[in-house]
Amino acid sequence: MKIRSLRQIIMFSIFGLALLLTLGTLFLILFFIFQRGLGVISWEFLTAAPRDGMTAGGIFPALVGSVYLVLGAILFSAPLGVLAAVFLTEYARQSTFIRLIRIGVNNLAGVPSVVFGLFGLAVFVKYLNFGVSILSGSLTLGIVILPTLIRASEEALLAVPASYRSSSLALGATRWQTIKKVVIPAAFPGILTSCILGVGRVAGETAPILFTATTFFTRRLPGSIFDEVMALPYQIYALVSGGTSPEHHIPIAFGTAVVLLFLVLLINLGAILLRLYYRKS
Amino acid sequence: MSKGYLKEQFIKYLLFFCALSSVLFLAGIIWVLFREGLPVFSHVSLLEFISGRDWYPYWHPPDFGILPLISASLVVTTGAMVIAVPIGLFSAIFIAFILPLKLKKIVKPITELLASIPSVIFGLFGMQILAPVLRDLFNLPSGFNALNAMIMLGIMALPTIISLSEDALTAVPEPYREASLALGSTRWEAISKVIIPAALSGIATAVILGLGRAIGETMVVLMVAGGAAVMPTDIFRAVKPMTATIAAEMGETSVGSPHYHSLFGIGIVLFFITLLFNIIADYFTQKFQSMVGGES
Repeated sequence: MKIRSLRQIIMFSIFGLALLLTLGTLFLILFFIFQRGLGVISWEFLTAAPRDGMTAGGIFPALVGSVYLVLGAILFSAPLGVLAAVFLTEYARQSTFIRLIRIGVNNLAGVPSVVFGLFGLAVFVKYLNFGVSILSGSLTLGIVILPTLIRASEEALLAVPASYRSSSLALGATRWQTIKKVVIPAAFPGILTSCILGVGRVAGETAPILFTATTFFTRRLPGSIFDEVMALPYQIYALVSGGTSPEHHIPIAFGTAVVLLFLVLLINLGAILLRLYYRKS
Repeated sequence: MSKGYLKEQFIKYLLFFCALSSVLFLAGIIWVLFREGLPVFSHVSLLEFISGRDWYPYWHPPDFGILPLISASLVVTTGAMVIAVPIGLFSAIFIAFILPLKLKKIVKPITELLASIPSVIFGLFGMQILAPVLRDLFNLPSGFNALNAMIMLGIMALPTIISLSEDALTAVPEPYREASLALGSTRWEAISKVIIPAALSGIATAVILGLGRAIGETMVVLMVAGGAAVMPTDIFRAVKPMTATIAAEMGETSVGSPHYHSLFGIGIVLFFITLLFNIIADYFTQKFQSMVGGES
C-alpha cells in the first residue's frame, strides 16, 4: 500500500516538474526577447522610417505593412470561411461530397506554410501577375488561415441550440432568414473570436509572405495594394540573417520582436477573454 | 413565393461554393506544385532526385539530390518530438488530472496563449541566445546545427502537444476513472492503467499532428539549423531541412530555371509527407472517437 502511494507521489512530481519546465522555458524565452528588445523601443522607433540601410530609425513601414497584410487576409478569408461554415453546419447532410469537403479543410490545415508561399508565388505573383505585393501576400495568408476560420466558426454555429432554429422555422421564416436573423447573431461572439484568433496567427506568419509580399528595405509607405511592403516578422528574420552590420541590426531585430510579440499576445489575449466573457453570459 | 424560393436556392449554392473553396485551394496547390515541379525531372530522374546525396543547385551542371534535405527534415523533426512528446504528455496529464480546478482555469489559457508565439520569435531566440550557449557548452565552431533546431522546434511544439493530448485525456468518460478508483486503485493507477490506454489513439493523433506541423515548420529551421546541405550524420552538424531550402533559395533563383523547378519538386515531397501524417492522424481520430464514444 505504501509503495503504491509512494509511486503515485513520485510520478505526480515528475508530471508537475514537466509542466513547470514547459512554462518556465517558454517564459524564459519571452523574458530574454523582452530584456534585449524593450530598451530599443521609443516613440521614434514606432513611428519613424528606417534610416541608413536599416541601421537606425524606426519600424513604421513594417508596422503599417503588417497591418495591411493582416487586414487584407481577414477581409478575404473571413466572409469565405464563415459562409463555408454556415453551409457545413446548416445545409450539409452526411454525404460523400460533404466528406470530401471536410477532408479538404483538414488537409488544407496541414499544408506547410512554405508550400502556401510556393502556391502564392506561382499563382498570384506570376500567373495573375499581381507581382510581389500586398495583394499577393494577403491572398496567400488568407488561404493559410481559411481552414482555422472554418473550423472555429463551425464550432460557434454548432453551439447555437437547435431550438432557436426550429422556433424560427415554426414562425414561418425561411431557412436563410433563420440563419441570417437568428443563428448568425447568436453565434456572432464565437465567430468574432475565431476571426481575432485568425488575425493573431496571420500577424506572425513569415514563410507565406517570404516570396509573395515582402521587401527588406523601403523608406516609403505602400501607395497601393500592388506595392511590396515591409512586415514585422519578415523584418526580424531579414535583420538577423542578412544584416551587414549586426551591431546595429540585431538590437533593431529584438525591438521589432517585442512589438510583434506584444501585438500577437494582446490580440490572442483579447480573443481568449472575449470567449470567457461570452461563455459566462 | 417562387421569387423567395429562387433566392433561397441561390444562397444555398453560394454557400456551397464557399464551402467548396477549401477543396479548390487544396487541388490548386497540388496542381501548381506538379505543374512547376515536374519539369525538374527532365534534368534528373525521380530516383536520383529522391536518393541523390548531392545538392549543388548552383554548379554546372547542377546536382539535384534531395536525400540530405529529406534526412535533415526527418532527423530534426524526430529530435524535436523526442523532446516535446514526453514533456508535453506529462504536462498534459498534470493539467488534466492533478492541477486544482482553479489553477487549471489559469494554466490552460496561458498554454493557448503561448501556442500563439510566432515561429520567427523562436528562430530569433535560437539564433541569438541558444546558439552561443550551445557553441560554448559543447566546444563547437558554431551553435547553428541540428541540435539547436531540435531544441527550438521541440519547445515550439510543446503548447500544441499539451493542448491536444489534454483534450484527448479529458475526453475519456469520467465513469472509467470512477470505476477504477472504486475498485481501490490509486489515482495514478487509474490514470496509467485505465485513462492513458483509453486515450492512446487520441494521444497518437496529438503526436502525429505535432509531427506534421514540425516537419513543415520553416522559420525556426531556416534560422538555426545552419543551412549546410549535407547528410545529418551527427546532431552537432549544420543541416538544411526541406522547408529551409525552399525558403532560403527561392529568392536567389530565376523563375523557370531547373533550380526553380527543383524547389517546387521539394514542395511536392514535403506536401505528400505532411499529407501522409494527416491521413494517419485522421485514422487515429476516428479510432479514438469510436472508442470513447461521442465527439471529441
